[in-house]
Amino acid sequence: MTTNIELDARSSFRWLWRQLTSMRTALILLLLLGVAAIPGSLFPQRTQNPLAVNDYFKSSPGTAKFLDQLQMFDVYSSPWFSAIYILLFISLIGCVLPRSFEHLKGARAQPSLTPKNLNRMEFHTEAAEGSLDSAEAWLRKNRFRIRRDENSISAEKGFMRETGNLLFHLSLILILIGVALGSFFGMRGDAIINVGERFINTPTSYDVISYGKLQSGNNLTPFSVTATDFKATYDLVTGTPSDFKLSVNTASPVGTKEVSRIVRVNSPLTFGTTKVYLQANGYSPLVTVRDKSGDIKFQGAVIFLPQDGNLTSIGAIKVPDMQPQIGFVGSFVPTYERTPERGSFSSYPEALDPRLLVSIWTGDLGLDSGIPQSVYRIDTSEMKRIGLKTLKLNETHDFGDGSITFEGWTPWVNLQIVKDPGKIYALLGSIFAILGLLMSLFTRSRRIWIKEVQNKSGVEVAGLAKNAAPGLENEIASLVKKMKG
Amino acid sequence: MNSSDYAYLSNYGVYSAMVLFAVAFLAHAIDVGFSVRNIEEKTQLDFSRTKRIGDIGTVMIVLAFVALLVAVIFRGISAQRVPWGNMYEFSITGALAFTGAYIYALWKYKIKWLGLPVAIAVLLTLGTAISILYVPSAPLVPALKSAWLVIHVSTAIISGGVFLLANCISATYLVLDRYESRGARPVWALKLPALETLDQLAYRLVAFVFPLWTFSVIAGAIWAEAAWGRYWGWDPKETWAFITWVAYAAYLHARVTVGWRGRKAAWLCLFAGSTFLFNYIYINIWGTGKHTYSGL
Repeated sequence: MTTNIELDARSSFRWLWRQLTSMRTALILLLLLGVAAIPGSLFPQRTQNPLAVNDYFKSSPGTAKFLDQLQMFDVYSSPWFSAIYILLFISLIGCVLPRSFEHLKGARAQPSLTPKNLNRMEFHTEAAEGSLDSAEAWLRKNRFRIRRDENSISAEKGFMRETGNLLFHLSLILILIGVALGSFFGMRGDAIINVGERFINTPTSYDVISYGKLQSGNNLTPFSVTATDFKATYDLVTGTPSDFKLSVNTASPVGTKEVSRIVRVNSPLTFGTTKVYLQANGYSPLVTVRDKSGDIKFQGAVIFLPQDGNLTSIGAIKVPDMQPQIGFVGSFVPTYERTPERGSFSSYPEALDPRLLVSIWTGDLGLDSGIPQSVYRIDTSEMKRIGLKTLKLNETHDFGDGSITFEGWTPWVNLQIVKDPGKIYALLGSIFAILGLLMSLFTRSRRIWIKEVQNKSGVEVAGLAKNAAPGLENEIASLVKKMKG
Repeated sequence: MNSSDYAYLSNYGVYSAMVLFAVAFLAHAIDVGFSVRNIEEKTQLDFSRTKRIGDIGTVMIVLAFVALLVAVIFRGISAQRVPWGNMYEFSITGALAFTGAYIYALWKYKIKWLGLPVAIAVLLTLGTAISILYVPSAPLVPALKSAWLVIHVSTAIISGGVFLLANCISATYLVLDRYESRGARPVWALKLPALETLDQLAYRLVAFVFPLWTFSVIAGAIWAEAAWGRYWGWDPKETWAFITWVAYAAYLHARVTVGWRGRKAAWLCLFAGSTFLFNYIYINIWGTGKHTYSGL
C-alpha cells in the first residue's frame, strides 16, 4: 500500500512538474504577470506615492479598506504578484535548462537521417544533371552542417536560431537573479544636508533608510560627502529648472584624502556598488533667536520643504530652551511677491528677494511627550499664537519674550544613497537578451536533403523551412542551378 | 534665424504636412472609389484609369514626410535639443516614424492600398497635436538632460510607429476576414492583398521591431538608474511598457511555437498594440508617476 501511495505522490509530482514547465504554462504565466501588473498602475502605490494612498483612504475609506485587503496599494510586493513571478521563474528554468542541454548535445551530433519520402516536403524538385559531390560542394560553401551517407545528403543551417532563443531565455533568468540579489542585499536611503555640511555613510546619518531582506546597516560602504556648493539655474521666463550642479568633496573610506567632484541629476557619484544621487533641493533659512536679555538660544540653518515650483517653502523653528518654549511656524519665500488675492507667494525659484514669514507660538512644544515629532511641523495644540511677522533679510523682530533675526539662507540637497549589487547582472542579462533575440529572430532555420534517384541519373532535392521562413525556394533553386554547372 | 523663427517654421512644416496628407487622402479615396466599374454586368475593379491618381497620393505622402521631417528638425533646432520633450513633440515625431514605416513598407511590399488609412491616422494625430497638445518650444528640465533621451525616446517612437502600422494591417485583416467568411469581399476591398499576405506582413513588422522595443525599455531602465536611482520602479509608464512587451512576446510565441495564424493572431496583435496606445494616451494625460513631466 505504502509504495503505491508513494508512487502516486511521485507520479503526481512529476505530472505537476511537467505541467508547470510546459511552454503553455510559461506563456500563460507571462500573460498573467502582465495582467497582474495593471492594478499597480491604476491605484496609487505605497512605495511610490504614500500620500496619494492616504488621500484615497480619506476620500473613500470603505473601498480603500477593501482594496488594501487585496494588497492593491502594494501590488508589486504582494504575495499574489510574487507567486506569479516565482512560478514563472521556475517554469522558465524547467523549460529552458533541459532544452539548453539538448541543444548542446545537438551541436556535436550530425544532422538527422535523410527521410525516405522526399516528395512530401514543402519544396521538392529533381535535378537530372546533379550529383551528390557537386551538391556537397555548394552546401559546404554556404556553410551548411552536412551529413553525407552512401546515397544521400542531409544538411541543415540556422543552428543559431535555437542558440539565440535559448540565450534570450537564459538571459531573462539572469535578469531575475539580478533583481532578486538587489532586493535581498540592497539598501536605499535619503539624507538631506545643507551646503557646507558633511554626510558620513552610517545608518544614523539618514533621514529614511530601508534594507534588503538579507542586508543590515553594519556593512555600509564607508565614505563621506561634503557639499561645498550648489548652483541651480532656471529659465528666466518660465522659472523651470534647466540645471542643478552640486559640488562636493568626497573621501572613501572616511578620513582619507578628499577629492572634489560634481554631482548632477543624471550623473550620480559611485562608490563600488553604492551610488549617490542628487534628488531634490530647497532652502534652509539661517536664523538667530535671542531671549529677553539678548542671549542666543538658537542659531543655525533650518531645513524648509518646498511646496511649489517657485520653491515657496515651509518649516518649523523650535526653541525648547526658552522659558516658556517658543516655536515659529515659518514659510520661506525666495522671490517675494504679494497680491490681495493670493497673499504672499514666490514668483521665481531663485532667492532674488527673500522673505521669512513666521507665526510665533508660545507654550509647550510637546518635545518631551515621547511621541516622535516631525522636524518640519509644530504641534500647536498646547500653544498660543502671539504674533505674525514678515522678515526681510537681516531684519530682527522683537516679539516681547525675545527676538528673531533672519540672517540669510543656504541651499540644501537631498542625497539618495542606493546600494544594488544585483544591478550589474540585470544589465548583463539585458544585453544578452537583446543579442539572443536578434539572433533568433533574424536567423532562418532550414533543412535541405539531396538523394540519388534509383535507376536514374541525377538527384532529388527537397527542403523544409522552420516557421515558414521565406527564401528557401530561392536557395534550392540556386543549388539546382549550381549543380547543372 | 533665431529660435522663435525656427519654431515658427516648424509649425508651418506641420501645417504643410497636414495639407499634403489631406491631398494624399483625397487622391487615395478617388483611386479606390473611381476604379469601381461595371464590366460585363459585373462590378469589378479597374485600375487602368486611376493609376495616376494613386501615384499622386503616394507622391503627396512622400512630400508630407519631407515637410514633417523639416518640421521636427526645426523644432529641435529652436529648442536646442532633440525634439522629444513633451507630448506635442512625441506626436509629430511619432507621425513621422509612422509615415516613414509606411513608405518603407510600400517600397518593400507594394501596399499602396494602405495609403488611405495611413493618411487618415496621421491627419488625426497631427490635428490633435497642433490643436490640443501644442506647447511653445522650451529647454529641458535637468532630469531629461541626458544622451539616453535620444536613444530611449527615438527607439520608443520608432517602435510605436511600427506597432501601429502592424495594428492597421491586423485590423484590415479582421475586416476582410469577416467579409470573406460571409461570402465575398466588397468591391472597394478587391484591391487589397490576400489574407495570408496581410497576416505575414503584420508578423514580420512585429518580429522586426520587437527587439527594438526591448532595447528601448532597457535603455529607459539604464537611464532611470542614472536619473532616479533605480532601474525599475513600476512607475505607471514602465508598467505599461512591460505589459506591451509581454503582449508582443505572447504574440510572437503564439505564432512561432504554438502556430497561431490568421484571426486569433490578428486579435492578439491588436490587443498588444492597444496596450501601447493606452500607455501613450491614458498614462501621459491622466496618469501619475515620474514620466509626467513629458507633459502635454
